Amino acid sequence: MSPAIPILLALALGLIGWLAARGRAWALRKQVRAAGKDLHSLPNYHGWYVALWILVPALLFAVVWAATSPGLVLAHVLADPAAAKLPAFGFERDAILSEARALASGSTDAVFNQSARALVEPFREGMQRYALIGTLVTVLLGLSGGIFAFLRLRPDFTARTRVERAVMAGLLLASLAAIFTTAGIVGSLVFETFRFFQFVSPLDFLLGTHWGPDSMAAPTHGVENSYGALPLFWGTAFIGAIIAMLVAIPLGLMSAIFLTQYATPTVRRWMKPLLEILAGVPTVVYGYFAALTVAPLIRDLGHAIGVTSASSESVLAAGVVMGIMIIPFVSSMADDSIAAVPQAMRDGSLAMGATKSETIRRVLLPAALPGIVAGIMLAVSRAIGETMIVVMAAGATARITANPFESMTTVTYQIVAMLTGEGSFDHPATLSAFALGMVLFLVTLTLNFIALSVVKRFREAYD
Amino acid sequence: MTNFHDLDPVEARIAARGVSVYYGDKRAIDNVSIDISDEYVTAFIGPSGCGKSTFLRALNRMNDTILGARVEGEIKLDGEDIYKSGMDVVQLRARVGMVFQKPNPFPKSIYENVAYGPRIHGLSTSKAELDEIVERSLKRAGLWEEVKDRLTESGTALSGGQQQRLCIARAIAVEPEVILMDEPCSALDPIATAKIEELIAELRGRYAIVIVTHSMQQAARVSQRTAFFHLGKMVEYGKTSEIFTNPREERTKDYITGRYG
Ligand SMILES: Nc1ncnc2c1ncn2[C@@H]1O[C@H](COP(=O)(O)OP(=O)(O)OP(=O)(O)O)[C@@H](O)[C@H]1O
Ligand SMILES: [Mg+2]
Repeated sequence: MSPAIPILLALALGLIGWLAARGRAWALRKQVRAAGKDLHSLPNYHGWYVALWILVPALLFAVVWAATSPGLVLAHVLADPAAAKLPAFGFERDAILSEARALASGSTDAVFNQSARALVEPFREGMQRYALIGTLVTVLLGLSGGIFAFLRLRPDFTARTRVERAVMAGLLLASLAAIFTTAGIVGSLVFETFRFFQFVSPLDFLLGTHWGPDSMAAPTHGVENSYGALPLFWGTAFIGAIIAMLVAIPLGLMSAIFLTQYATPTVRRWMKPLLEILAGVPTVVYGYFAALTVAPLIRDLGHAIGVTSASSESVLAAGVVMGIMIIPFVSSMADDSIAAVPQAMRDGSLAMGATKSETIRRVLLPAALPGIVAGIMLAVSRAIGETMIVVMAAGATARITANPFESMTTVTYQIVAMLTGEGSFDHPATLSAFALGMVLFLVTLTLNFIALSVVKRFREAYD
Repeated sequence: MTNFHDLDPVEARIAARGVSVYYGDKRAIDNVSIDISDEYVTAFIGPSGCGKSTFLRALNRMNDTILGARVEGEIKLDGEDIYKSGMDVVQLRARVGMVFQKPNPFPKSIYENVAYGPRIHGLSTSKAELDEIVERSLKRAGLWEEVKDRLTESGTALSGGQQQRLCIARAIAVEPEVILMDEPCSALDPIATAKIEELIAELRGRYAIVIVTHSMQQAARVSQRTAFFHLGKMVEYGKTSEIFTNPREERTKDYITGRYG
């Protein structure tokens, strides 16, 4: 029996309950209207009230049952005499059990381990029994909830208030889910970071200049001097905060100025969305653009101007493409804050005989500066957290150099590298990914926080 | 047809002839002619929406900044048509300054606000000269005593009345010939208003001044010439004393006696 059946049954019950309750409410309404009164709530709300009383308990149970019944089935199988021949534990035991389960549920009919065959029958039996129990309980819960609710329907029953309350509770749960998930992620980050710092001291990590984790070496061997993350921080800053910004700030600002000050409304209507499309391009697309198109160009350029160390993966390629990617962040914040400068300010300057560009340079940009700076900070925090482009175009070499033609690695790149290896979660090489993530998280959090408070203060100034 | 009173002949700084202003297809000013001289303060009065601001903005081509705005007719400043092709709008606005209804100091220091015009027009060659222009302008605007110790503070931190005087100082720092004021006191309290009116009286004679106002008393106090606008037309123009005591047009009379919306 498929696990979807109890759910489908519950839904069907809910529909029946909804229709029945609504019908009942219609009938009630006819009665009370004859007496010159009216229902407290519209019939639809009565319908929803009953449907919720059917669906919520039934579905909750179905979900819980789906999670617990496999355990019950397994217990049933192990109690069977045929299970006595199983190896006590280990890989083989698991393999046999899962093969027997697959056979029993009919998703396969070939087996590798003949001893699985003996367990098929107990499995099938257990599954049928618990599926039946689950379905029955689901239906019973739905029915009793529905009957309870249905019996409460009266003309003056406050179904609307109750349904609204249920809706609110649902929304609250949804938002709590997001918050708890985030808190859980941060919690695990903190925990793993703490474990990492039991191997490597925070000072060595933050200030060391040699990065060369070896996930195959003994976890205590040479850890003092192979987890210096400074080269990664430098690589990240060089690509995300320097080169990308050298591209994104001028281009983003100039396009914002053009769009707000020079473009006709028609041009603006077309160009703004086009620019914003840049923000919607998947980063992996930027990544191969950087790796396949820009990087070779830059390498050839480097060789042409005599930089012999120019490599086919370079900081410049990754940074330039990343800069292009974040142009929309800079330009849309700048656009908003320039547009928020009151018209009176512009008029004041123009009436002094200032030209358009003088007005922009001397009045609009200074007045919009806080918003622009905030936009740049958000863009930086986006850039240093960006992964795909640097994985594809920046390289894996940890080094501190100011030569943009060389390859260099970043925090995000190393996080990917440390977690996709073979390493175990007890090894500092793997754990270092969490410490790196923690640093990245703190930096972007700070940047975002400052940026948002700057924007907030700025908005208040003109309202 | 406009009712012109008999006026003593004066040399006109600005001479407008048959001026109409359109916003798209809508005519906001219809065939207005007027002379504006250095010697008098000229007041524009009239009900809301009659086109006072529109006409005022035509005098320094601020309407150019509005999409779809168009001016017909002729406006001459010292005999030169300001709408002729090749006219340098930047120069024009340096000669015809403007003060707005709401004080709009730049978010810069008091000093920088006043130095703004001289800087963009290159009026000074040294820091000392610029300092002097700033001081002179602030003195003329009657603000010097209040701000001389805090010139580096932001202009937006001043009170509304001080801000408006700062805007006037900013306008006179480039030594304009004409100053246009569009309801300069409407955002101010009576004391600040009195200060501005005093200032206008002092500036009279040095600059040609045009002031738009909704206050009959203000027009009567500060101006020597008054033009009454109604529905885009200039209905009557004459000495302020005559317009207020002995208007020739029924509509003018209705408006100044307050029988008008
Ligand atoms: N930017 C614009 N676009 C279109 N129409 C405008 C614009 N500015 C003003 N108008 C119209 O032109 C007419 C005159 O407006 P104007 O602002 O000159 O009146 P006003 O006499 O200054 O009024 P108030 O005393 O309220 O300031 C009004 O009907 C107004 O709706
Ligand atoms: Mg106006």
